[in-house]
Amino acid sequence: MLFKNHSSDIVLTSRIRLARNIDGVPFPQKLNQEEANKVIKDVADSILNSNSAIAHEFRLIKLKELKPLERLSMVEKHLVSMDIVNEYQRGAVLLNREENVSIMINEEDHIRLQVIYPGFKVKDAYDYANKLDDLIEEKVQYAYDGKLGYLTSCPTNVGTGIRASVMLHLPALTLTKNINNVFNTVVQVGMTMRGIYGEGSNAMGNIYQISNQVTLGLTEEEIINNLIAVTKKIIDQEIKTREMLFEKQSAEIEDDIYRSLGILKYSRMLSTQECLNLMSKVRLGIEMGIIKDIDVKNLNDLLINVQPATLQLIEGRELDTKERDIIRAKVVRETLR
Amino acid sequence: MLCQNCQQREANVHITKIINGVKQELHLCEECARENNEFNINIMNPFSFASPMSFQNILEGFFEMMGSSYQIPEPITCPVCHQSFDDFKRTGKMGCANCYRTFNSEIMPIIKRVHGNIQHTGKVPKRTGGILKIKRDIERLKEELRIAVMNEEYEKAAKLRDQIKELESKLDK
Ligand SMILES: [Zn+2]
Ligand SMILES: [Zn+2]
Repeated sequence: MLFKNHSSDIVLTSRIRLARNIDGVPFPQKLNQEEANKVIKDVADSILNSNSAIAHEFRLIKLKELKPLERLSMVEKHLVSMDIVNEYQRGAVLLNREENVSIMINEEDHIRLQVIYPGFKVKDAYDYANKLDDLIEEKVQYAYDGKLGYLTSCPTNVGTGIRASVMLHLPALTLTKNINNVFNTVVQVGMTMRGIYGEGSNAMGNIYQISNQVTLGLTEEEIINNLIAVTKKIIDQEIKTREMLFEKQSAEIEDDIYRSLGILKYSRMLSTQECLNLMSKVRLGIEMGIIKDIDVKNLNDLLINVQPATLQLIEGRELDTKERDIIRAKVVRETLR
Repeated sequence: MLCQNCQQREANVHITKIINGVKQELHLCEECARENNEFNINIMNPFSFASPMSFQNILEGFFEMMGSSYQIPEPITCPVCHQSFDDFKRTGKMGCANCYRTFNSEIMPIIKRVHGNIQHTGKVPKRTGGILKIKRDIERLKEELRIAVMNEEYEKAAKLRDQIKELESKLDK
């Protein structure tokens, strides 16, 4: 067989998010500016002024001190949510140097801690998130109930307050429309699946996120193990579908992959949608060992760098749609050169 | 009305859309509306917890099912954050941790419906939950003890009894 398949290629990232609140303080949407600032200070202190080695990896960013484009770019990098950007007056984020750990302060909950690891490493991500959680708790008293667990602004998050998720690249399942079966299966086992860029069958770039839905009544370990088991099954199906497709139409697939690479390398204007879809094909080429001289890391960087706000930050000025398409093509060309 | 995005030009494009499962109304100028199309891609926020839409659906379905019988006789508000249960029905959000106590009888059936469960079994915070953790450990050890006795593993049972005693002494302190 001429192609390789590693599950870590299909899984782009693994992430863990924990929702926590401070005991005795109303949830963020009920706070005035002064109270919100106190929450920011207390949470920031718990990390920045701890005697842990972790402390000097982090810096505090107050969202109101950023430019609008910088805030949007942080959303594109998955470091903060659109919800906290909409409430940027009261929101802050503790960000580590590597920019894979972020602790949002005053989003829907006082604390939303997120750890992202590249590849299929859900357990490692949880271990780190758990350590940070313990560190914060040394200084902050959490809102916790013996029966309901960690109390959160929305009842959908009570209990463990955990969302464990993986981001998957599923071009073959999408192409063959089997993705709809995957959607149904995932829902049946108490998880959710969504396209990262656009919803449902319109998912651009064939990238999906799967995460747990239920947060109460299961342990963190059970939730993570369920996610891992489901993800493994989906990876398995994706690989089988790729093999089947390749057996029948190897010439067509190779042609499609190389044409996509050609467009990315030489075009002068690229919309986000076209760009994401072409990058998916090139990614498939790399994952199947057809394209050998492009590092998949470049594609991962591009996934963020071609997004509108980040693109404008790279260029250092505001751009209209047409200018963005031109600059996007340039960024892609230079990365893939 | 001014455009919500640039706050400069007149808003003449009015869009209702589902962002992240939540209905939002946008009033934009033509220029910003064109731009918005593209931003929409990443506003589909891959970051959000669960989908609020499904929770809102569950809530609506729930209150419909309960009909008019699901009215609190007197409008209660949370003594800590002053939120009423109507506020929760509208927003799907609690105002503070104490709301879970204030609206306990109303919220429990909803939680049961969302999670299929109403007993947390996961992580216990060290500080807040120290005692709870010990109690749960005792429960677990007692179960192990029961099995050990059943299997006639007396040495193991003796050890477990010691462990339980030690934990119980911590609770008495
Ligand atoms: Zn405008
Ligand atoms: Zn309250």
